[in-house]
Amino acid sequence: MTYSYPILTYTIFVPLLGAVLLLFIDKEKHNAIRWTSAFFAFVTMILTLVILKDFDWTTSQMQFQEMHSWIPAIGAQYFLGVDGISVPMLVLTGLLSLIAIVVSFNITKRVKEYFVFFLLLECGMIGVFAALDFFLFYIFWEIMLVPMYFLIGIWGGPEREYAAIKFFLYTLFGSIFMLVAILVLYFAAPTPTLNMMEMTRIAPTYTSGIQIMTFAFFFIAFAIKVPVWPFHTWLPDAHVQAPTAISIILAAVLLKMGTYGMLRISWPMLPEGLHYFSIPIAILGVIAIIYGALVSLAQKDLKKLVAYSSVSHMGYCMLALAAYSSVEAISGCMFQMVSHGLITGALFLLVGVLYDRAHTREIAAFGGIGKKMPVYTALMVMFGMASLGLPGMSGFISEFMIFMGSFRHFWATHPSIVIIAVLGVVLTAAYILRMVQRVFLGEFDQERWGHLTEINVRETLCVAPLAVLTILVGVYPKPLTDLMDATLQNLVTLMAR
Amino acid sequence: MINITPLIPELFLFVMAIVVLMLDLFSSRRTVTLPAYVSMFALVVTGFLMFKYHGDAVRWGTQAIFIADTFATFFKIIILGAAFLSIGMSFGTAEKMSHHRGEFFSLILFSTVGMMFLVSAKELILLYVGLELTTIPLFVLAAYQKTKQASSEAGLKYLIIGAASSAILLFGFSILYGFTGSTYLNQITINLSIFWLAYGGLGTTFTVALMMMIAGLTFKLAIVPFHMWAPDVYEGAPTPITAFLSIGSKAAGLAAIVRIFDGTLIAFATDIMAPSNWGLMVAVLAAVTMILGNIIAIRQTNIKRMLAYSSIAQAGYIMVGVVAASQLGVASTGFYMFAYMFANMGAFAVVAIYAEKSGSENISDFAGLSKSSPVLAILMTMFMLSLAGIPPMAGFMAKYYIFAAAIQAGYTWLVILALLTSVISLYYYANVIRLMYLVEGENKYHIVPSFPAGMVLSIAGIGAVLFGILPQSMLDLAIKTAASFAF
Repeated sequence: MTYSYPILTYTIFVPLLGAVLLLFIDKEKHNAIRWTSAFFAFVTMILTLVILKDFDWTTSQMQFQEMHSWIPAIGAQYFLGVDGISVPMLVLTGLLSLIAIVVSFNITKRVKEYFVFFLLLECGMIGVFAALDFFLFYIFWEIMLVPMYFLIGIWGGPEREYAAIKFFLYTLFGSIFMLVAILVLYFAAPTPTLNMMEMTRIAPTYTSGIQIMTFAFFFIAFAIKVPVWPFHTWLPDAHVQAPTAISIILAAVLLKMGTYGMLRISWPMLPEGLHYFSIPIAILGVIAIIYGALVSLAQKDLKKLVAYSSVSHMGYCMLALAAYSSVEAISGCMFQMVSHGLITGALFLLVGVLYDRAHTREIAAFGGIGKKMPVYTALMVMFGMASLGLPGMSGFISEFMIFMGSFRHFWATHPSIVIIAVLGVVLTAAYILRMVQRVFLGEFDQERWGHLTEINVRETLCVAPLAVLTILVGVYPKPLTDLMDATLQNLVTLMAR
Repeated sequence: MINITPLIPELFLFVMAIVVLMLDLFSSRRTVTLPAYVSMFALVVTGFLMFKYHGDAVRWGTQAIFIADTFATFFKIIILGAAFLSIGMSFGTAEKMSHHRGEFFSLILFSTVGMMFLVSAKELILLYVGLELTTIPLFVLAAYQKTKQASSEAGLKYLIIGAASSAILLFGFSILYGFTGSTYLNQITINLSIFWLAYGGLGTTFTVALMMMIAGLTFKLAIVPFHMWAPDVYEGAPTPITAFLSIGSKAAGLAAIVRIFDGTLIAFATDIMAPSNWGLMVAVLAAVTMILGNIIAIRQTNIKRMLAYSSIAQAGYIMVGVVAASQLGVASTGFYMFAYMFANMGAFAVVAIYAEKSGSENISDFAGLSKSSPVLAILMTMFMLSLAGIPPMAGFMAKYYIFAAAIQAGYTWLVILALLTSVISLYYYANVIRLMYLVEGENKYHIVPSFPAGMVLSIAGIGAVLFGILPQSMLDLAIKTAASFAF
């Protein structure tokens, strides 16, 4: 689809423009700053929706392509385009960024800097999902780290400095392997190129040695972002220390970049590497599912519980990705990415709501909150149920597809992998129900929690779209399936090469 | 009759250095402003002259002894830029000096002339003289704040170690001369191959010569294990001089290394020539330098010392490009030095400006700078990120280019190691950012830079971003520098 104006460029750089404009607003005018950033996030979201509306879902071709010469000396181009796996991510990013900005309206410390960094972050996130040139992709991938470092480090919890630098160093550590892999692929080509589409054609012809090595390198980079066990240790720190809005973005968008990178780069480009590593990846996925769930079960802190549940839920994605031969598994992975983004985003938001009022997240400190905050409790229970995969919610669809797909792929050879993974569902139910029971049911401590107020309008408005989408995708998943189907069919054929 | 037109830029700058010296002697008003501006003006004019008289060589008979090729021009851009920016940031420092203010600038110009000779030299004696002209003024400059004990110590230390390294280098040259009977770089290449063919090898004496030349030249770049002087000298010398040392003299030394090793001795880069190969030797030095420089930098509390170790580590990255021994390798070393100039000059300028006001060079005293001087803090953040190689800063582009060259040459292990150490480096660079932004604390100094200092900061800041996002023009020029090398 060609467009009279470069819509992807606009989508990427509208937040940047917003960030630049914010610099000119007086730093004392908090409301002006808040509404300006919300406005730019809103425009960005509208642009992503326009992309969604005009996206042609009957083809797996890259659409809205923009290609300009950029740094010919190193073969880098300014090359953008979207297909069925990037569009859902773009829309998710647009929506969640706006929600996160509105959630951040209660930030009172260094307001201007906060929103400048946030919009810079959004620019990088959208860029990652639209870039089709390795160099450009890498730049967007890295560019996010800096605002993220500040956002966690300045506005985070008590251990924020440690969490911020840990996040920065960890992700950079992963990225360097991606850089080496990119360079190796680049120079192995008969005519060196950084164009991802081109590379998807060329790279499968490389020797298995190169494919396996670069696959492993890419895997380290992406696995740290996902995060796949055992690369997950930055996550609990970053998630727990980050301010609410940033936890939302981390869970809903940043983690998806890892799986997106796999689907965009290493999986279709390096099929031999994929076939070689698929069993180990499935095992890592299963370990993550079980380990994440068990650790969640042991958490005393509400936010930590949600953070570790992310490890577990992203484990399902890894299991699905390992079952590369099945379209169900891969679309299950995409569903899980979207659905985890909605559900976990909402859970972090709701945990933040409670923390703002109670100033603690200790599960044991609460009890019977359901009586005091009925609407809040209803929302929390709803998203809890969505998280554990209750039918009718998006989480059920994705888990079902993932299990179906991975059964098909692994049943003949390694049935144990899938059987153990299914056990994870039980554990998920256990930690969610335990949390619901401890926090919302039981004795209510009137003296201590009598002052708690119900979730307010602004917060409800933030959660509402997530709730609607979670149920919508759960009840009627067809539009999302249709959107991705052509692309995923093509991906599966590429991966089976 | 020898054609000396290619020397016009150097001769002009030399004359101007004397003019600046005289200016101080005869002017009645003893301010630093006049000699400083005249010096900066002279550097700009030299730059124009350099482009005008570009491309020719000075020959002795048929042999080139001084060449103004693209390679030399590229490095001269860096050297002139470094001198210009150093002078720009020294107004405050020079103002505080009690005497000899004019000589300060004159000495910088003399040293710059030496560097320009060094990068253009195609003959061993001229190269050596260029090296001496570069370093002798720097000995004096390092010790310029003679009432400050650290400064005197820096000058003396630099003098002794500099002299020793020069001697080692000269010894290496003499062995090379013994093998080839020539001091012309081009002739040496030919004679060495004849020697090789005649005798089927060059033996261990030649290996010793290689080692001595590597040692002598890497002293200038502060490559481990020849780096011991750098932290003390960097800390003790006046900050603008430290900045000049870390870019100007490093660029000149690097150019000499590239000319000799990637040019004259390119045949000995590969392991097939063992034991007469320098590739692996330099690769190991680069690896050790990156590891040690970055790790020791973490422990530093003085910002100039931290930047000294950082610049040791950066020299290690540059050597990765030298080791690649290819078109891309040569181009990437030049571009790296160029991109590094903006970030490092900028960082030292911030340190100089800040220290003028606060009197402190402790890293911890940067705490809270983002509140008291937000623009300075943003600039410092950009410089730190560029040094760490985070996109979209020029430092990232430079690292990418160097690593591309090394991967192409098959040094994947060295690239992985370099990247791992660059993750370590982020820790101490980010520490400065952490102090400026994350640490709650009032910083009492609101800093408004003077005009020349502001100009230095602007140039450095724009360069550090611009050449990260739109590096094509400089990359084009950089790749042309490799044309005069036979790969």
